[in-house]
Amino acid sequence: MAMDWEVFCKDTLDGVVQSGCFGNGRDITYLDWLLSAWGWTVSVSLTGLVIALVAGSIIGVIRTLPASPWLVRFGNAWVELFRNIPLLVQIFLWYFVVPALVPPMKAFPPFILVVLALGFFTSARIAEQVRAGIQALPKGQRYAGMAMGFTTVQYYRYVLLPMAYRIIIPPLTSESMNIFKNSAVAFAVSIPELTQYALQVGEETARPIEVYIAVTILYAISAFVINRIFAFIERRAQVPGFVVAGTGAGGH
Amino acid sequence: MLNLDFSFLNWTFIQGFILKGLWFSITLTVVATVGGIFFGTLLALMRLSGQKWLVLPAAFYVNVMRSVPLVMVILWFFLLVPFIIGRPVGAEYSAFITFIAFEAAYFSEIMRAGIQSIPRGQVYAGMAMGMSYGQNMKLVILPQAFRNMIPVLLTQTIILFQDTSLVYAIGAYDLLKGFETAGKNFGRPIETYLMATVVYFVISYSLSSVVKRIHGKIAIIR
Repeated sequence: MAMDWEVFCKDTLDGVVQSGCFGNGRDITYLDWLLSAWGWTVSVSLTGLVIALVAGSIIGVIRTLPASPWLVRFGNAWVELFRNIPLLVQIFLWYFVVPALVPPMKAFPPFILVVLALGFFTSARIAEQVRAGIQALPKGQRYAGMAMGFTTVQYYRYVLLPMAYRIIIPPLTSESMNIFKNSAVAFAVSIPELTQYALQVGEETARPIEVYIAVTILYAISAFVINRIFAFIERRAQVPGFVVAGTGAGGH
Repeated sequence: MLNLDFSFLNWTFIQGFILKGLWFSITLTVVATVGGIFFGTLLALMRLSGQKWLVLPAAFYVNVMRSVPLVMVILWFFLLVPFIIGRPVGAEYSAFITFIAFEAAYFSEIMRAGIQSIPRGQVYAGMAMGMSYGQNMKLVILPQAFRNMIPVLLTQTIILFQDTSLVYAIGAYDLLKGFETAGKNFGRPIETYLMATVVYFVISYSLSSVVKRIHGKIAIIR
């Protein structure tokens, strides 16, 4: 079958091919739109990743605290809750149900709601990895910190966490790549990101194959860039002589 | 605070809107698991065969599938399958084909790890017994690989069950769609989304507790 890549150079309103493929002035081509959609995917994913890392770290640490069974239970409940509900359902919950139950949240833009859904969903997985990372350390490290007279906060801050984060960089990498893939689900609440773009433009231009190929490649590029960034961090953060063992397998 | 009204919750509601979707979600999960494990094992064997012409296509397939969002794969198949076989297929059939093809890539990684976890000595023992490569795989390696990987395979199945909700993208009538349709019909979307959450949670949570128990059992015997 014949591919027609010129479709991306067309104006979104009158379908006229623009020279140089980018719109000038008030005209917008499908290529401009594609880049904007990519921008949305990247912002949704990165903001979600920040929320997931912060919430996941807090919950993960809480689950390993000594002598606080209620905090541990809370952390376990958090993980089970956000892990056992499909992401799409969670997005609908944040989008339709939460604003109805908490009226001030009606003023939140959809972007924030989707980012919260994606971030909390992923936080459950990251919490699991942080917990595994901390528990993978020899118990002696904790006791050594205590023996030095460190408070709980201090020995987590100076002894346990610096090692635990290094151990879990590989699973964190795949989770960060997953968040880019999972951001595709945001199409369901009409965030103008890549999948939404593919659905809409594929239909509008009657050239779905070219549109899907472009979108698929952009997803793959995004995941690859994240992978390289984390590989760089992993190299820089390496402790000489310390063998890093991977923990667990990622989902999708 | 919002007043929730669950008064429409009765047998007619469940029968009319939910059961059909639940049945589809469960069938899709089972079919995709069985098909995915079958083709995933084939892919894993291809990747471990050492023959370049088998390794490269299998590795390419698995890596491509794993780097693309499932929603995009669903849309791809929904678009391409009718194009290839020359006639339209419903969203439901398209979903079956997509999930088998997509999950095969994930299951193949699990099976590859399972096969590689069997000590090399067992392979040599099989060869020393005079077994062919096929006999060795079928009688010695694969049964143990499956057994060791049962907890991981089941965990993947739970993720798969949750992911079936993504057929929303092509409008197939699954469990989530059932609740959504009911919500529209009764004008009570908040309540139906809440009920969908509870149902998905209860199913996934009980399955993962079962997996935890199985994991414990297998770990003890080994």
